[in-house]
Amino acid sequence: MKTTTATHSDIRSYFFKGMKDGIPVALGYFAVSFALGITARNAGLDWIQASLCSFLLNASAGEYAVFTMMQSGASILTTALMVAIANARYLLMSFAISQKFDPKTHIRHRHLVGYDLTDELFGLAMSVDGYLNPFYSYGAMAVAIPGWTVGTGLGVVFGNLLPARVLSALSVGLFGMFIAIIIPPAKKNKVVAFFVGISFVLSYIADRFVTFIDSGVKIIILTVVISLCAAFFFPHTDDEEKEAG
Amino acid sequence: MGPRAYIYIAVMALVTFVIRVLPLTVIRKKIKNKLFKSFLYYVPYVTLAVMTFPAIMDATNSPWAGLAAFVLGIVLAIIGADLFTISVSCCVIVFILELFIH
Repeated sequence: MKTTTATHSDIRSYFFKGMKDGIPVALGYFAVSFALGITARNAGLDWIQASLCSFLLNASAGEYAVFTMMQSGASILTTALMVAIANARYLLMSFAISQKFDPKTHIRHRHLVGYDLTDELFGLAMSVDGYLNPFYSYGAMAVAIPGWTVGTGLGVVFGNLLPARVLSALSVGLFGMFIAIIIPPAKKNKVVAFFVGISFVLSYIADRFVTFIDSGVKIIILTVVISLCAAFFFPHTDDEEKEAG
Repeated sequence: MGPRAYIYIAVMALVTFVIRVLPLTVIRKKIKNKLFKSFLYYVPYVTLAVMTFPAIMDATNSPWAGLAAFVLGIVLAIIGADLFTISVSCCVIVFILELFIH
């Protein structure tokens, strides 16, 4: 009986610690997902569909890819391929988190923590000392998920009410976030900087001069080809990561 | 989009979930293949770069405002501004420029 009580208070303190650390994440999510909601609205989704998508996917770039693919009339298979590529980095993070768990951690916890493995929550989870207690992640998720989901829904609804001028301005918010994600690592790593530059140039050329391929497929082809070239000619080692990180 | 959107959302949710939990549940090992590991390392930067430009110029009413936001975002990121500041600044410059362009 005594052990059970101790475990319960442990769980509670991990949960509340997670909630506290999750608040700035949730606020950021709210702003970004609002912009994402505007993209969803442009793709013809209603607020229920967009909120549901955010609740299930929890992925900015992934959802942006899904919405633009849907808008361009891409097939389910093409969209699935695109979302897999946009979310490929989570495969890496999942490997990292699997090392962070106590090996005895129940599979149920592994599924639940994995479901909301985002860039930000991954960062929080990796920053704790020792093994990751899943209840810490649940606390962060308890504030981050509502922020992300409600923000998306409001983006769809208020996207309908806002004047075109304001919508135009808000629509670059998500791109601003993408820039904020890719430029700092590019600053630290010349190879990343080089390939980010190459990506901008080739993407522009593909957009303006290659008209016979669907825009979603173009993104997939460019991502795979450029990343493979980078990986082949400049293999990335963990030592560099430590240096850069 | 209509009800078909739900099929898309369900499939995309499944794909995303599998990517996120596969290493956590089934594989549970470190990736050894250097090429695959390097590929996964570069993918997020490349795909976000490809999705950002030139799409940012098509998102705004005036492509020039989008281009200005693109340049401003990069400059702010280089001098070390945080994610929120960069995102908001991009919106603000588009709003201001389009007051003059239109």
